[in-house]
Amino acid sequence: MRKRRKVDLRAMPGASANAIDERFQVARPLRGLFNKVFPDHWSFLLGEIALFSFIVLLLTGTFLTLFFDPSMEEVVYNGSYAPLRGVPMSRAYESTLELSFDVRGGLIMRQMHHWAALLFMAAILIHMFRIFFTGAFRKPRELNWVIGILLFWLGFTEGFAGYSLPDDGLSGTGLRIAHAIMLSIPVAGSWVASSIFGGEFPGNGVFLPRAYILHVLLVPGILLALIGIHVGLVFKQMHTQWPGPGRTNRNVVGERMFPRYAIKQGGFFMLVFAVVALMGGLFSINPIWLFGPYEAAVVSAASQPDWYVMFLDGSTRLFPPWEIRALGYTVPPLFWPTVVLPGILTMLAVAYPFWEARKTKDNRPHNLLQRPRDVPVRTALGAMAITFYIVLTISGGNDVVAETFDISLNAMTWAGRVGLFVLPPLGYYVAYRACLGLQQHDREVLAHGVETGIIRRLPDGRFIEVHQPLSPVDDHGHPTELPYSGWVVPKKMNRLGALGPAIRGFFYPIERPAEAPVSPGHPPVTSERPRDQLEDAGRSS
Amino acid sequence: MTQTHEHTATTPIDADGADKTRWEIVREGAREDGIEIVHYEPPFPVPGTKGERRLQRVVAGMFLFTGLCATAFVVIYIFWPWEYNRSDTMSNLYTPMLGLTMGLALTTVGLGVMTWGKKLIPREISIQSRHDGASTPRDRQVITSTLLYMGDELGLKRRPMLGLSLLAGLAPLGAVVAAPLIGGMIEDPHKPTEPGGGSPLTTTAWADKVRLTRKDGTPIRPEEVSAGGQITVFPGVPHGATNQHADSPTLLIHLRAEDADELRRNLHRYPEDEGSVWGNFVAYSKICTHAGCPASLYEQQTNRLLCPCHQSQFLITDNAKPIFGPATRRMPMLPITVNDEGVFEATSDFKSPIGPGFWERS
Repeated sequence: MRKRRKVDLRAMPGASANAIDERFQVARPLRGLFNKVFPDHWSFLLGEIALFSFIVLLLTGTFLTLFFDPSMEEVVYNGSYAPLRGVPMSRAYESTLELSFDVRGGLIMRQMHHWAALLFMAAILIHMFRIFFTGAFRKPRELNWVIGILLFWLGFTEGFAGYSLPDDGLSGTGLRIAHAIMLSIPVAGSWVASSIFGGEFPGNGVFLPRAYILHVLLVPGILLALIGIHVGLVFKQMHTQWPGPGRTNRNVVGERMFPRYAIKQGGFFMLVFAVVALMGGLFSINPIWLFGPYEAAVVSAASQPDWYVMFLDGSTRLFPPWEIRALGYTVPPLFWPTVVLPGILTMLAVAYPFWEARKTKDNRPHNLLQRPRDVPVRTALGAMAITFYIVLTISGGNDVVAETFDISLNAMTWAGRVGLFVLPPLGYYVAYRACLGLQQHDREVLAHGVETGIIRRLPDGRFIEVHQPLSPVDDHGHPTELPYSGWVVPKKMNRLGALGPAIRGFFYPIERPAEAPVSPGHPPVTSERPRDQLEDAGRSS
Repeated sequence: MTQTHEHTATTPIDADGADKTRWEIVREGAREDGIEIVHYEPPFPVPGTKGERRLQRVVAGMFLFTGLCATAFVVIYIFWPWEYNRSDTMSNLYTPMLGLTMGLALTTVGLGVMTWGKKLIPREISIQSRHDGASTPRDRQVITSTLLYMGDELGLKRRPMLGLSLLAGLAPLGAVVAAPLIGGMIEDPHKPTEPGGGSPLTTTAWADKVRLTRKDGTPIRPEEVSAGGQITVFPGVPHGATNQHADSPTLLIHLRAEDADELRRNLHRYPEDEGSVWGNFVAYSKICTHAGCPASLYEQQTNRLLCPCHQSQFLITDNAKPIFGPATRRMPMLPITVNDEGVFEATSDFKSPIGPGFWERS
């Protein structure tokens, strides 16, 4: 027989799989990976948004590094953007203008990068809320909570460094404030500031190159490593799940990773990418050419940083002019709202899981999530923290609010100062009461049944609403009370399958409709039950 | 579930069994990983139904649309007039068109993949058991013994000198890492920028006989600023208007006569600044004493300076004393006069440090 020289294409997959397994013994671990079960819920996708926008950031950021030059050398602009021609500026600002106007497709990459950064921070924050309010930070996941907080601050640093790089009028002002914040640190402040900037502000040209290497290498590297650990821990410890039928603290109920779960994730990544692309193309962000190059003497009104910095801007605006002067030394007022406050907030967040475990004497591992309503104190504390944060963030733009709604600026500042102390406790109270109310309603439905919307008039003239019990009724027509299982209680008849399935098809039905549904909204007109039983039913509902 | 798992884990998969379908092998493999597939429901058990064909068309349509949009992206990228031209609508639409085509391409591929996953691939419910909590007591005992054994073998207790010398040696090694980083970056904030000068934190480019100039370097005569008007001035030194002298921008204000009178009255309380105004003209540093932004919004009606960054407000007629917001110190006044040539010049530097506060500032 002649030896076949042609490569047998059909045998290729099998042959290469064999070759790989001979070398790496992957058959069993690969099976374990494919089979890994993931629970599903929309709220589990919030962290994915952060992860996916981080990937978009890496991709677009790599493109930007090919054109950006973080040099503070002074040049005179002579590019395509006519209004700035002949204006002296730093090379960093010039190269950002070039990126925006003279690099084909550069502007969309810049804008996608910026939008993705804003989305990244927003997703981190919302994801953190989800983790907090559902108690997903509890043992054994405390470490991942702490890593998450670190990721927030790294993202914050990364964002601020990137925002500063173009050296435009807005970011330069932000940088000068950052310099003032460094100066405000007791004892070492002036040394820290001059060491980082290489002298008196804006320094001898070393700052932007330093911020650049921080932005493109150091912080992304640490972010990447920590994201790896963060996701790796979720993988190792397995995802938490909501309570539900068959779900216990000792199992995970969901889908195996392959193929369905992974395909859905892939599609979701594409959708996140799509949103960033659409925003980057259609919505202008950070139009640095309108701000002009940074000049120490120029600033415009309504100078706002990116949204995730605004809470610190707000705290700075609200803080009263309290300066400590003693023995010839000064602690400027800037120190408290920009250094001490974020430090305290971070420490509170880091300590919370441990504080809660201690307070509730709870040392067991928890893999089932809690509905926010079932832990009113935690939910109320979270609402309090969010209210505090929102007051600060709004105060970060209080001049814009004042101008838009024609309010006195000083009144806005005072409203913020008062609101910072009055609103959070109010938020606590409202959230606490809302939790109790929701709990109570759940129990009520479990005990009495779902409201059907059917009003019935009793022979004695009273009107009652008919309830559909969720459990079998006893001899007197009273439903037996069901225990609460920590998950959604059906509160509408639709949820009980009272309506027939929808007929599928967009323009015309593509399947024969199921048997005509019997709507419980139209019970038989004639009641065969005797009167006394009717009255009983009335009392029980 | 755990019991099922433990039971089956010991039974090897009989993959050769001729009676086993591929699905049965998959299911047994899952069982060996502690996973029970309790529900597996193909959405279209009968192949080729109308509904299945319809879904197939929908997904395929999405993918084809992706291809269309992606091609449009490339075509637009190459052929659309991309060079910036403010008055050309087409060139202004370049970035939006790129975003639209890229976004639509990604949207449809995302939706297509999602529909495929959600509608065409069988739904399933699988239950995997968790192995929470600590390792088995035996494993823990073994690792503890191993660690302790390793510690013993190091013999730090037996040879204490080793440990101490290691510590004594490693600490300087850490310093070797830190020294270049700290040593290379450290910069004395008080080192004069030029020989004989003062600390940069407390001095600016202003000095006796330094002219007040505009951004383009031209000097300023009193008659050029009308009453109630103001102008940003820079020291008339080389690069005086650039960021090299980010501490020097100053606001020259021509007060109305009655406001000037009020300022002169108030200045009695500030002896160091008494001779610093010239006629109805007064000059204040423009760098906010709070966080260093230019406090550039001049409210003529109320004679206030407002810093747009954090809304500190300074009263011009009371030596720029802070009257609202987070700032604690007044804006330093620059002593000015008009020289023989009839243009403004400074008579000295600011009498107090400009800009945000710091520790050493008394």
